Amino acid sequence: MTKSPVGFTLNGSQRAAFADPGQSLLDFLRRGVGDLSPKFGCGQGACGACTVTIDGATHLSCLVLAESVAGREVRTAAGLADGASLDPLQEAFMDHFAAQCGYCTPGMLVSARALLDRNPRPDRAEVIEAISGNLCRCTGYEPIIAAILAVAEGRARA
Amino acid sequence: MTIVETYATLAEAARAMGRDAAYFGGGTLVMRAVNEGAAPPRLVRVTDPGLREIRGSADTVTLCTAVTMADVLAHRDLDFLHPVARAIGGPQIRNMATIAGNIFAEHPYGDFAVALLALGARVVPVGQGGPIPVEEVLRARDRTGLIAAIEVPRPRDRRDFGFLKVSRVKPKGVSVLAIAANLPREAGRIRGARIAFGAMGPTPLRASGAERALEGASLDATSIGRAAASAAEGLDPPTDPIASAWYRKEVCGIHLKRLLSRMEAGR
Repeated sequence: MTKSPVGFTLNGSQRAAFADPGQSLLDFLRRGVGDLSPKFGCGQGACGACTVTIDGATHLSCLVLAESVAGREVRTAAGLADGASLDPLQEAFMDHFAAQCGYCTPGMLVSARALLDRNPRPDRAEVIEAISGNLCRCTGYEPIIAAILAVAEGRARA
Repeated sequence: MTIVETYATLAEAARAMGRDAAYFGGGTLVMRAVNEGAAPPRLVRVTDPGLREIRGSADTVTLCTAVTMADVLAHRDLDFLHPVARAIGGPQIRNMATIAGNIFAEHPYGDFAVALLALGARVVPVGQGGPIPVEEVLRARDRTGLIAAIEVPRPRDRRDFGFLKVSRVKPKGVSVLAIAANLPREAGRIRGARIAFGAMGPTPLRASGAERALEGASLDATSIGRAAASAAEGLDPPTDPIASAWYRKEVCGIHLKRLLSRMEAGR
């Protein structure tokens, strides 16, 4: 079985690793590259726990073929913090108790960051729409929506 | 184990296809099968960026094979298709899923194909042969080769076309049913009515009873009532965890009436 070399950008750094035939980007990131921030939830594209961005657009990494990201720019939740300095969304998620079990959180953060990068001042309906592909079974969504709106409205800690 | 073959052009990919291969488009259907260990031995993919092209003329829109739901939503000129694209999955799925792939989505998916059926879209195959009505492709999906593009006739009047997806969970939920109605009018009379249902059979299907009730009539309470009464005629919807066949038959007329009333009011 032939593995294929995949060179791509992960959170701003050049990376290269070998992908198995038919391997999902999720499995490749977690086992091949060592970025454990995207989570395996359903493997069917239903839950959003594996959300990453590819060239700025959110994708479900469990449904992306690893070798198809060659030459492209992938971003995960692991790239949100800059050293000890967290992304304002991460601070807001803590302040608003937007993570309980935490399993959906990396996917939620990636979807929320993609929304704010494209639309820095979303309203409540736009926030709900942006996270509609991410399931959370703990929070009832309200703390997550509140956290994202706090960043959008400039009320979060910088 | 699955092997992946990557080609530069759709024509090369078409030559490489066979019974043991699946075409890998947006990945939202085929990759699920890969993850479940149920994919065929070979996956065939194409890297040509030109496959995401959208071409428009006054009366037809051509969507190349890799155009995604998000591509349609980003195109201001395709506003008549926006309510349809927005009804598919969540944002991540819309960034990945292709219009062409939607034609092959098994129940309960395939809501976009419902709109294509009502609009009388044509499928352009790779290689020889002219465009095929999407209706024919839906009848023989397993015998269809690769799709180069889909030609979608624009409604002459934006108000002639309406779409409604009925789901229990919002904004992202699986269809109880989906309805697309295309009602071109001449001097106020409907000529060439096309009503399509999703989740009312194994593939999107036309509601011939409702079409007959509307043909030649003006869109008003009387004709809408007749269409609603005959909506389920000849349809044998599936039972699944979302709804029973009985329930789907009971409510399809009510939802058709809501959609048509909305169209009558010009909303």
